[in-house]
Formats: sequence, structure tokens, C-alpha cells
Amino acid sequence: MRVTVRLFARVRDIVGAAEVVREVPEGATLHDVWQDLIAEYPALEPYTASVSAARNLEYAPMKAPLADGDEVAFLPPVSGGSDGGFGEAALP
Amino acid sequence: MATPRFAVTASALDAAGVAAAAIDGLESVGGIVTFTGVVRADNAGRRVLYLDYEAYGPLAVRAFEIIDAEAAGRWPATRLAIHHRTGPLRIGETSIVIVAASAHRAPAFEACRYAIERVKQIAPIWKHEHFDGGDVWIEGATARPDDEGARAEALSRACG
Repeated sequence: MRVTVRLFARVRDIVGAAEVVREVPEGATLHDVWQDLIAEYPALEPYTASVSAARNLEYAPMKAPLADGDEVAFLPPVSGGSDGGFGEAALP
Repeated sequence: MATPRFAVTASALDAAGVAAAAIDGLESVGGIVTFTGVVRADNAGRRVLYLDYEAYGPLAVRAFEIIDAEAAGRWPATRLAIHHRTGPLRIGETSIVIVAASAHRAPAFEACRYAIERVKQIAPIWKHEHFDGGDVWIEGATARPDDEGARAEALSRACG
């Protein structure tokens, strides 16, 4: 089956495309697609611990199974909540 | 056409329109709090030239809806409207407008602060910082709405 993979920010830079179409076996999960991408683009590997994912415009766990025609996305870390302005040590 | 409550757009943001969207249909309004985020001239000791925002637009709108539902659960009769801009933005330009409207000021202030913390934690929106001497993607939090620890931290900051 076939899934469309949307890529953003530095992950998009590494792959060199905002969107790729991947052929995956029946029963494949988001994790499988990510591993498949790493095999082709090893520079993605450091993102394994911090990347999150979406399937058909809903956040989804990496173990989520996929269906033919799905749009999936891998989200590198977003800008985060660090800008408190009071000095980070003072924030809980 | 009425301004949507949640939007990701390459156009300049209109805070008054976002506020109108927040109160539209709300029965009792006694306080409206607006947070306007603008591009800062410096970051981590670097002189920032401009920021280029990239978003997964439809999922970002979904994230805003999730944040609104979370806020409505914590602060009843409170509504959020959130608009985020994408593309290259100069220093001082508005990147985000969040409006929280409620019957009273306390929930409006708290919900507004909660919303910006949550947007920073989970919305699929990335900053590409172009500074004097180079460029860098700003990467902070793993975008996972079901991370209860992050949610508790946002709540703590909102209600500090």
C-alpha cells in the first residue's frame, strides 16, 4: 500500500522534500515508515527520540497502523515553552 | 465571511478580528484578554535578522481546537481564538494572536496564558531563525498533546 509522508522544518531539509510517497507492506505502522526513512536518510536517526507523528490530520502514536492512501506526517520538536522571560531556573 | 476562530495564515494578523471571533456566540462576556506574540530582535545572544515560520496548517488548526477544548474543560464558559502567521516575518511583526474571552477577567487571563504555553508545546509550527552569522531551526518540545506532564506545566504557568 501507499502512504503520503509530509515532512517539515529540519526533517524536510534532511530529506530534501516536503512530501514523499512511500510503498509500505500491509500492517505497517508509523514507526515502520520512520525506520524506512532512516534507512534512506541516516541523518534522521537522532530525531527518533524526539519526533512525533500524525495520521490523517490527527496526532497518532508511532505504533499506529496505517491504511492505503493515508497522509502521515513526522513532526520534529516544535519551538517549545522555554520563553518565560523570568529566567528558566525560576520556572517550575 | 466571518473570521474563523482558529487559523494559520500567511497574511498579516488582525487582532480585532480574532477578538470578534472569540466572543461570537459567547453568552456572557466580561473580560477579553489578547496575547500578541511578535518577532524579537535577539535570541540566545544572537542578533535576529528575521524568522521564517513553517506550519503543518491543518494539524495546527486541529491543535488549536484541542487547546480550546482543554481550556473549556478547565475554565467553563471561556472561549479561545488563535491565529498564527507563517512565512518570513521581520522584527516586530506579529506572529501569533491569542484571544481568551470569558464572563470574568480571571479565567480570561489564565486561559490566554495557558493557550500560548500549549501552542508552544504542541502546535506543529516551526521557527527558522535567520541571525547575524547563520540560521537555525528552533527545536524545543516533542509535539504530543497527550503528554500530561507538559500539560500540567502549562497549567502551572497559567495559574502560577
